Amino acid sequence: MYKILLRENLVPNIHLFKIEAPAVAKKAQPGQFVVVRIDERGERIPLTVADWDEASVSVVFMEVGTTTRRLATLRAGDAIADFVGPLGLPTHIEKFGTVCCVAGGVGVAPVVPIARALRSQGNKVISILGARSKSLLFWEEELRSVSDRLIVTTDDGSYGRKGVVTEPLKELLEGDEKIDRVIAIGPAIMMKFCAKTTEPFGVKTIVSLNPIMVDGTGMCGCCRVSVGGVTRFTCVDGPDFDGHQVDWDLLLARQRTYLDEEKRSLELWQHQCGERT
Amino acid sequence: MAQLNLNRVEMPKQTPEQRAKNYNEVALGYSWEQALEEAERCIQCPKHPCKAGCPVQVDIPEFILALREGRMEEAVKILKNKNSLPGICGRVCPQETQCEVVCTLAKKGGQIAIGRLERYVADWEREHMGALPATPAPPSGKKVAVVGSGPAGLTAAADLAKMGHGVTIFEALHVAGGVLMYGIPEFRLPKEIVQNEVNYVASLGVEIQLDAVVGKLMTIDELLSNGYDAVFLGTGAGLPMFLGCPGENLCGIYSANEFLTRVNLMKAYKFPEYDTPVRIGRRVAVIGGGNVAMDSARCALRLGAEKVYIIYRRSEAEMPARREEVENAKEEGIEFRLLTNPKQFLGDDKGNVVAMECYEMELGEPDESGRRRPIVKEGSEFTIEVDVVIVALGTTPNPLIAQTTPGLETTKRGTVVADEVTGKTKKDKVWAGGDIVTGAATVISAMGAGKRAAADIDKYLKGE
Ligand SMILES: Cc1cc2nc3c(=O)[nH]c(=O)nc-3n(C[C@H](O)[C@H](O)[C@H](O)COP(=O)(O)OP(=O)(O)OC[C@H]3O[C@@H](n4cnc5c(N)ncnc54)[C@H](O)[C@@H]3O)c2cc1C
Ligand SMILES: Cc1cc2nc3c(=O)[nH]c(=O)nc-3n(C[C@H](O)[C@H](O)[C@H](O)COP(=O)(O)OP(=O)(O)OC[C@H]3O[C@@H](n4cnc5c(N)ncnc54)[C@H](O)[C@@H]3O)c2cc1C
Ligand code: SF4
Ligand code: SF4
Ligand code: FES
Repeated sequence: MYKILLRENLVPNIHLFKIEAPAVAKKAQPGQFVVVRIDERGERIPLTVADWDEASVSVVFMEVGTTTRRLATLRAGDAIADFVGPLGLPTHIEKFGTVCCVAGGVGVAPVVPIARALRSQGNKVISILGARSKSLLFWEEELRSVSDRLIVTTDDGSYGRKGVVTEPLKELLEGDEKIDRVIAIGPAIMMKFCAKTTEPFGVKTIVSLNPIMVDGTGMCGCCRVSVGGVTRFTCVDGPDFDGHQVDWDLLLARQRTYLDEEKRSLELWQHQCGERT
Repeated sequence: MAQLNLNRVEMPKQTPEQRAKNYNEVALGYSWEQALEEAERCIQCPKHPCKAGCPVQVDIPEFILALREGRMEEAVKILKNKNSLPGICGRVCPQETQCEVVCTLAKKGGQIAIGRLERYVADWEREHMGALPATPAPPSGKKVAVVGSGPAGLTAAADLAKMGHGVTIFEALHVAGGVLMYGIPEFRLPKEIVQNEVNYVASLGVEIQLDAVVGKLMTIDELLSNGYDAVFLGTGAGLPMFLGCPGENLCGIYSANEFLTRVNLMKAYKFPEYDTPVRIGRRVAVIGGGNVAMDSARCALRLGAEKVYIIYRRSEAEMPARREEVENAKEEGIEFRLLTNPKQFLGDDKGNVVAMECYEMELGEPDESGRRRPIVKEGSEFTIEVDVVIVALGTTPNPLIAQTTPGLETTKRGTVVADEVTGKTKKDKVWAGGDIVTGAATVISAMGAGKRAAADIDKYLKGE
């Protein structure tokens, strides 16, 4: 069992768990993920490492379905059955020059360690942080502290710039400063449009793909994606890929494989805990 | 000599109608009377060719004799002396090509049902004795890391522990047992039996670390520099192969590994009580002709599919699956579409598979494997409507360990190079055995490799 040392409510539906896992912590690198299972009946789900120290690894997750909502009911002191990692390849970090990091929604959590590592390699980091609205925004200060410049957007204009992240991204690319690389992490649809935005400028754009997974070790092929016309397994060949080469429609379709089952599972759980929909 | 009795005692099974709707074991096992009747047919031939047919040389006539004389504890001991997993092998060994095919009575079609007797003895042990208390040798002070907890790893770990070495198993998944847990379905091998064996190994003092992906959490070199004196690799052949034809990534198309893992390991057949879903197809096509294909097809049927096809590019004679399982699948109503191979998969506007275009095939000259080569009949394309496809074309070793272990030599097929007898690899202090060395093979051969490697590791640790 893996103990939850600390739990932090970042915004109403996004939480941070600091989990006791010294062996994983020792090996974790920016861009890698862990596979989590709550208990005997639970599903295995992947979550990206957001932070780590000697003895623990922190993950940040958004409540979307049964597993993440069940996770959200746990408290510090509780424990989960499985915490496997660190999986996947670390984000490729070297001195590129100026790197633009785009974080959408819960994606800010994995972006922070990446930006920090990029900075430590002497890159200039310009970050764009987007959320639907001010109430869903978190880790603004964390991201600012590892960036040379930070631009915040909200869809509804309740904070920072009104609009979506691709707008300031496009302006940066059109501006005087040369952008050497873009790293975009967030919902698939956001990463798709970031890649579409940078493509005409020919700026290499790395995205962190989030297909459905089971084992996370290359054994099942559930996480297969098509990159540059070649089938790759996200859990071992990724999760980072060249966003200009990704078949986004395939990723989006495969993410929806179990929509009906996810609904049934959520209904059962809500019924069991007497929650109203 | 008494008259030869060539009538094999059949084992009772659930009827096809019953079993197609549940996950309980299909074959129910002999009663005492049935076991006795079968055991009495054995003529105890002095040359006992059966023994040599078994990859681990189980003392077959001896255990059968003990059984029919009612010396059950001794029968157990004789069996376990060579085979530490008899309850598993008795159920899943391809006996028809190993011990039974060379039985003296086989020439007349009455070979002794060795596997069924082995299962009877193992089940008797479980019900009457519990696990035998082990008497480990005095601690040697040496430590061995066993990577992977399939039959190869479990056997090596058990033997090494009995020899007095400190053993830790590192397993990537959240349960131990390897393919026995995530691949072979409950109705063919109850998971309780596998867990019994795992518990037995743990009772010998073996520490089992689950959720430990070697190559990620730690490398082989790190294990060796952190106090382990030797490493045994039993990580199997877990990387699924795909066809590489158009449309293969549509939703509803699974590798057999994914499908079976969802169903067996994650218990998707109990969804939503268990939270991992699997698509329940109306019309399911399973591509392949091995045990894995049969297991996938029969799982799909039990989940509630209306129609399940086996799509195989050669004819039935070339099918690598066990005869018994092909017969079981047919009885349950699985439809065999032989000499058929997919050309491409067709999807709807949401990216779900809806049909499969296939070629008819014919058989040409024999290929390297000795089987007749399937050739496409040009212009023979036809379409089958399907909503779930399971690709069961075989597996190769996962490259994770090879990539992170300098000095470990591998073949072009990705298997690890190791001595056939001792399992010693080209890397110092590292042994390997089972599917990681042979490619996908059998439980008993993996077990045998684990046993031989344990003996060689013991020799090395004792400085012999
Ligand atoms: C490499 C990787 C890293 C990720 N990192 C994070 C993270 O740091 N924080 C975070 O909030 N989310 C992350 N995700 C997404 C997260 O895994 C899903 O939100 C979670 O699995 C949803 O599970 P659920 O049961 O709550 O929802 P469900 O109702 O089961 O599903 C909601 C959606 O989540 C996706 N999903 C469902 N099951 C899985 C699964 N087993 N594997 C992957 N996706 C699934 C599906 O596309 C589905 O539409 C990551 C995904 C991947 C692949
Ligand atoms: C569906 C199916 C049906 C089969 N039916 C039969 C049958 O009827 N009869 C028969 O004799 N054989 C059958 N086989 C074959 C048989 O199961 C295998 O040959 C046998 O299990 C191989 O044993 P192994 O110990 O080498 O590896 P496996 O059983 O594959 O075990 C390997 C273990 O190592 C773990 N592992 C892998 N990589 C790592 C890592 N990096 N770190 C830590 N752990 C790791 C895996 O998670 C796994 O638990 C079948 C196989 C399948 C898939
Ligand atoms: S282990 Fe397998 S091959 Fe050997 S005797 Fe038993 S059933 Fe036959
Ligand atoms: S060959 Fe057949 S009959 Fe002879 S000892 Fe072996 S099992 Fe008995
Ligand atoms: S999640 Fe199974 S292969 Fe990637």
